[in-house]
Amino acid sequence: MQAARDFSHYVRDLGSGLSHIDLAVEGVSCAGCMSKIERGLSAIPDVTLARVNLTDRRVALEWKQGALDPAGFIDRLAELGYKAYPFETARAEAVEADNSRFLLRCLGVAAFATMNVMMLSIPVWFGNAGDMIPEQRDFFHWLSALIALPAAAYAGQPFFRSAFRALRTRNVNMDVPISIGVTLALAMSVVETLRHAEHAYFDAAIMLLTFLLVGRYLDQSMRLKTRAFAGNLAALKAETATRLVGAGEISEVPVAAIRPGDIVLLRPGERCAVDGTVIEGRSEVDQSLITGETLYATAEHGTAVYAGSLNISGSLRIRVSAASEGTLLAEITRLLDNALQARSRYVRLADRASRLYAPVVHATALLTIFGWVLMGATWHDAIVTGIAVLIITCPCALGLAIPTVQTVASGAMFRAGVLLNSGDAIERLAEVDHIVFDKTGTLTLPELDVVNSAGVPKEVFDLAGRLALASHHPVAAAVARASNAKSPLAGIIEQPGQGVRGFVDGEEVRLGRPSFCEADDLANEILSLDPEVSVVAFRRGGACYVFAVRQRVRPDAQGVVSALQARGIAVEILSGDREPAVLAAASALGISQWRAGVTPADKIARIEGLKRQGFKVLMVGDGLNDAPALAAAHVSMSPISAAHLSQATADLVFLGKPLAPVAAALDFSGKALHLMRQNLWLAVGYNLLAVPIAISGVVTPLIAAAAMSGSSLLVMLNALRARRVAPGRS
Amino acid sequence: MEVLVILVPLALGLGLVGLLGFLWSLKSGQYDDLDGAAWRAIADDEPVREEPAP
Repeated sequence: MQAARDFSHYVRDLGSGLSHIDLAVEGVSCAGCMSKIERGLSAIPDVTLARVNLTDRRVALEWKQGALDPAGFIDRLAELGYKAYPFETARAEAVEADNSRFLLRCLGVAAFATMNVMMLSIPVWFGNAGDMIPEQRDFFHWLSALIALPAAAYAGQPFFRSAFRALRTRNVNMDVPISIGVTLALAMSVVETLRHAEHAYFDAAIMLLTFLLVGRYLDQSMRLKTRAFAGNLAALKAETATRLVGAGEISEVPVAAIRPGDIVLLRPGERCAVDGTVIEGRSEVDQSLITGETLYATAEHGTAVYAGSLNISGSLRIRVSAASEGTLLAEITRLLDNALQARSRYVRLADRASRLYAPVVHATALLTIFGWVLMGATWHDAIVTGIAVLIITCPCALGLAIPTVQTVASGAMFRAGVLLNSGDAIERLAEVDHIVFDKTGTLTLPELDVVNSAGVPKEVFDLAGRLALASHHPVAAAVARASNAKSPLAGIIEQPGQGVRGFVDGEEVRLGRPSFCEADDLANEILSLDPEVSVVAFRRGGACYVFAVRQRVRPDAQGVVSALQARGIAVEILSGDREPAVLAAASALGISQWRAGVTPADKIARIEGLKRQGFKVLMVGDGLNDAPALAAAHVSMSPISAAHLSQATADLVFLGKPLAPVAAALDFSGKALHLMRQNLWLAVGYNLLAVPIAISGVVTPLIAAAAMSGSSLLVMLNALRARRVAPGRS
Repeated sequence: MEVLVILVPLALGLGLVGLLGFLWSLKSGQYDDLDGAAWRAIADDEPVREEPAP
């Protein structure tokens, strides 16, 4: 049965007879690919638009409804040498994209207003010293007001809204002093202009907004880039299920289109994409992604199976159940909810700084006003000086200190293969002093690998790999993968439950169970040495070989673990797997603290215990059983191969086979936190210099503008240092 | 100083034109693919729809 691919879920009807689909494309990297794809797709009749987005690695396609099948586009791209997958924009990404566009619009408005106000301000600054007549100055001030007031009202929205939200929950964040400063500066400038005074601060207020918006926009666009990348990865994983539509008729549909009650077919070697109950068939399933247990479980009529289970031997028909119907899932969901509720709200460094900063600055301004009044100044002059203090201390550098570092650091982490899920993860990661690893799929690779390939002649291994391509069994697939076999052998017969056989140069070749290849003795010898491996035998004519297959630890795991320990970070393993398997991994990696057979509830209890002892715990795990523990830890990380729920819960996600991104993330976050603190001190130092000048009442708008841009530039340049960590550390 | 009557509206008008231009470019999606735009500028020719490549 060849399943028809059904992409109707992804196709959007644009009206007027046009359809639209977005495809995520692998391997698009240059201008050449771009024009090749666009030409290749535009050549299909009825296609009205084919446009590559090189930043997001996606193709947007529009065509006249009718004869064209979207699956044809994917085949066409495959002919051109690109793997493509239909793509659906996640809601989170759409929100980030809207935010990013809004910030850019605000930034545009603020930047144009700043330029035009500056054009009016500079003549005033220099005219005041020269021969400008007061009427002319007032006229320029009024023009500045005309530009700055509406621009600030529009471009200040992100700050005003966030400040309002914080105040409503009786909190203070950095946007509160910013909003107060901008509003007061503008109000005072209008009053001063009415009084025909010499100084107005329209330029300072609007310039402040521009600088801050630059920082916000950069931060936002980095976050958007990460989201888009993660969205593509989700599409590349191509989560589909084979749905039975009628008697014997099947169609391959995206998981999002599967409804509870549907019946799906799960063939050997396939990973289940839904939760449900087996209604027909009998097989073994690998549930290591769910429980951490590497021993296969039996699935038959009535067994509950979970998304992420790998089907090993026989075909299964599964009735899809509504989410969290199963007992295991319900238990994990309950634990996860509890852990999320108990998660203490981490107060970001920026908010902690503004809690200290806002009262100090506002008190200083008030004291300045009263001080000047006591010294005999008029109320008007005293208030003008007080507001000048607020303007000069307006937290421009403070507001940029953290987002700029965050942008640069998350960009560097992105290049090192780490994606950030939550905004404050960098700060929390920098404090970590205890790491809890899950074993299966985290310290080990999620895929099976041949461990004794060195003892087998190369040509035998290659032949076995080519033979293995004919089988769907995961153990055979591991042999095929390990031997890099590309060309399958012809005329191979699969004997269900036994293995595959065929003929090469007149000799019979077999791959399968040891008994199928008459290699029981050899297999038992390997199993007696290491009871944790799966074995698969290969026979060619009279010679036979046995491959030992198991999950291998990540290639660099040992080095990374010892590097972390050398840095004074405690490392331990909490695994749901059996004791011998965990002991083997722990001793191979030199980890002395480990626990096996741990339930999700035990994992949480252990992490809570560590937290009570004052440790800041980083949990690294991938299984569904790790999700509650990921939520309970101070900060958490998942490999990209993790179960959906775990990946969504983790603060960071790392890519690829090596474990090195975990150490790199710690390095970058440590450096980033250091720079954030340094930037805050730079901003404070600047204020210590500038405030006495403001209090003494000699500040002019020129000084305010120069001080503000100077400190902002300093902080931004310092943030660029987060791109690199000291050599030798990572 | 009568020249200000012409210069000031001119300056404001130009500023406004610049801003509207920016907002238009934003709306028409010109900032959606900055990497691609950099390459398109030096591409030999844009793919022509009416004459598909052989």
